[in-house]
Amino acid sequence: MNILSLRNVVKRYDKHTAVNNVSLDIPKGKIFGMLGPNGAGKTSLIRMITSITRADQGEIYIDGDQLNDLHPMQIGYLPEERGLYKKMKVGEQLLYLARLKGLERKAAKKKLDAWLEKWDITSWWDKKVGELSKGMQQKVQFIACVVHDPKLMILDEPFSGLDPINTNLIKDEIHEMNKKGSSIIFSTHRMEQVEQICEEIALINQGQIILEGNVDEIKNNYKSNQYRLEFDGSFPSDMVGDSFQIIHDDASSVVIQASEGHDSNELLRGLLDRNITLRSFQEILPSLNEIFIKKVGQSNE
Amino acid sequence: MNKINLIIGREYWTRVKSKTFLLTTFLAPIAIIAIYAVLGFLMTRGSDKTKTIAIIDNAEITEGMDLKRNNLIFELTAKSLAELKEDYKNKEVAGIIELPPVNTSESSYNIIFHADKTLAIDEESSVRSIFRKRVRDYKVKALGIDESQLNLIDTDINIEPETITETEKEISSLTSIVSSGVGIAVGFILFFVIMIFGSQVMRGVNEEKINRIIEVLISSVKPLELMIGKIMGIGLVGLTQFAIWTILLTILGAGSMAFFGISTSPDIPTEVLASNEFQSTIQPVLKELLGINWAIIIPLYIVYFFVGYLIYSSLFAAVGAAAGDDINEAQSLTTIVMLPLMAAFYIAFAATRAPESTLAVWSSIFPLTAPVVMPVRLATGPPAWQIIASLVACLLFVVFMIWLASRIYRVGILMYGKKANFKELGKWIFYKG
Repeated sequence: MNILSLRNVVKRYDKHTAVNNVSLDIPKGKIFGMLGPNGAGKTSLIRMITSITRADQGEIYIDGDQLNDLHPMQIGYLPEERGLYKKMKVGEQLLYLARLKGLERKAAKKKLDAWLEKWDITSWWDKKVGELSKGMQQKVQFIACVVHDPKLMILDEPFSGLDPINTNLIKDEIHEMNKKGSSIIFSTHRMEQVEQICEEIALINQGQIILEGNVDEIKNNYKSNQYRLEFDGSFPSDMVGDSFQIIHDDASSVVIQASEGHDSNELLRGLLDRNITLRSFQEILPSLNEIFIKKVGQSNE
Repeated sequence: MNKINLIIGREYWTRVKSKTFLLTTFLAPIAIIAIYAVLGFLMTRGSDKTKTIAIIDNAEITEGMDLKRNNLIFELTAKSLAELKEDYKNKEVAGIIELPPVNTSESSYNIIFHADKTLAIDEESSVRSIFRKRVRDYKVKALGIDESQLNLIDTDINIEPETITETEKEISSLTSIVSSGVGIAVGFILFFVIMIFGSQVMRGVNEEKINRIIEVLISSVKPLELMIGKIMGIGLVGLTQFAIWTILLTILGAGSMAFFGISTSPDIPTEVLASNEFQSTIQPVLKELLGINWAIIIPLYIVYFFVGYLIYSSLFAAVGAAAGDDINEAQSLTTIVMLPLMAAFYIAFAATRAPESTLAVWSSIFPLTAPVVMPVRLATGPPAWQIIASLVACLLFVVFMIWLASRIYRVGILMYGKKANFKELGKWIFYKG
């Protein structure tokens, strides 16, 4: 079952096509990474899912139902461009935002109290938002985004501007919400965060999905068959040839490129047969960042 | 609907609870009353020390005159000017008035006032009015004019309207004056209410955009709901403020009148208030005021108030949404929104003088000016078809305006960094979704 399905979704502004015929399935209960450079169409896509704008063409299904007026209540959205009323008190403001998401006043108060207690920030209730630091405001925004227990959470750059401690705090909450059954779409251009958090990703560029799937599978598909070796002595010259090439060699390590059809086992066997003592052996996997840059570069050509 | 209520609630309570609201609502009327009280106090108490003024009468016009007027005490004396100057130096008198003989062939008369300091303004006007009357009486007698004939020369011209067809409507010469007075007051209030609270809507919309809270909000509610909620919430704030002002000004006004008594208006002696002339002016005005068909007109005022507020505040909302982080950039747009409102205000003034002119009639039907111009004409009883045409046009226009504004609003609030000009706004109106 998919929490979100997009079918041939198109969004145009003026003459510019922001989202160009995107189809995508996001399975339930996953943390899904939506990646793409600035201006790729991520925000346009998210705005259609959150009913802020409507698609020009195509259909959007949430949990199997075509997008309707009740869905915004089941979605928690933390936009990239986010803010709060500066002059309003934290408590009042959270109550207001929670009630806009359809919670009753009493239920909202109870849930908010629980959140503030959990993070030990109950004293903020009567403070004006303007008195809080930026990081503190981000925490308030996060609470506003999740207080109604959405079944789908969309977080657009949730960690921007947070210190490492608060980043971890929010990260833990995201995992916890996910364990409790929320599906999460995590939009960013920070690849290292995606690798840590997401199981599945989609890479968007120029309004189109250019890559999607499981993170590990993607990395495997894009591995370049390179290995970093550390050993005593030098690399046996009789092994260099059609099968293996040295592409980098310095005092401490050697990087070997294996040709197609030759793998790590063959390389290791060859080294062991020649009685070479290995100190370390590591397959060089491309980082998502490298894949990202490579794919975006290709699709822009 | 439930969400619109929530939005109205927030817009209303955050404003009503704010310090600015409390200050302007409660302190403004107190300040106004206080200023008037202080002014009144200064005007009456400023020259409260009695002054003795000696009069040398070379004109023989002082016989039987009142020797006291406000704080001035007059002393008729036979002493010479030199002797009186000695008295002045000894501070026995505050000044010497020397009345030269009256020349009946001249229309001006110079009184000489001997003193080192001039008289206060109100004292001067007292002296002037006393001797104007005295000299006049003297001239009437000296020239042998019959007093009663003289009074007949000044003629009051009254135009008595006599209806030809509308037999049931009683009109008098005062009708147009009274009704245009009421109209201009209502038009004036409408103009300012629309201006003040319309621009509050603009700032409120722009604040949400600058705060970047807007995207969170419209992922929960529709932009149209948010816009209407804001317009209604701020409208209610306006009504609250007016209600409080009316009550406060009434109480404070009555209180200060009682405290200072007649002293705040020293120029109208009590005998004038009771005089026939006063009665004969005030009573017809009251009668006219009572004669206006308030049962129909007041609800119409209220309708026009809401219509005007809705039209202009939705325009202001659109401008607030289109403006970027610097609201001053929107100056040209606000000016254009203000133009019809200003025009309406000037036409309203013209309409008090000529309520049936082509300009007045059409601008009281044209929706951008009608909310200010029509109330001015209402008291003069325009034909029913004009009122109906105006109302229909206005109500349709309100719907159109809210639709138009919401189209611009929903695009504008998410648009950053783009300078909003008319071409751009026009495009936004036709954006889909």
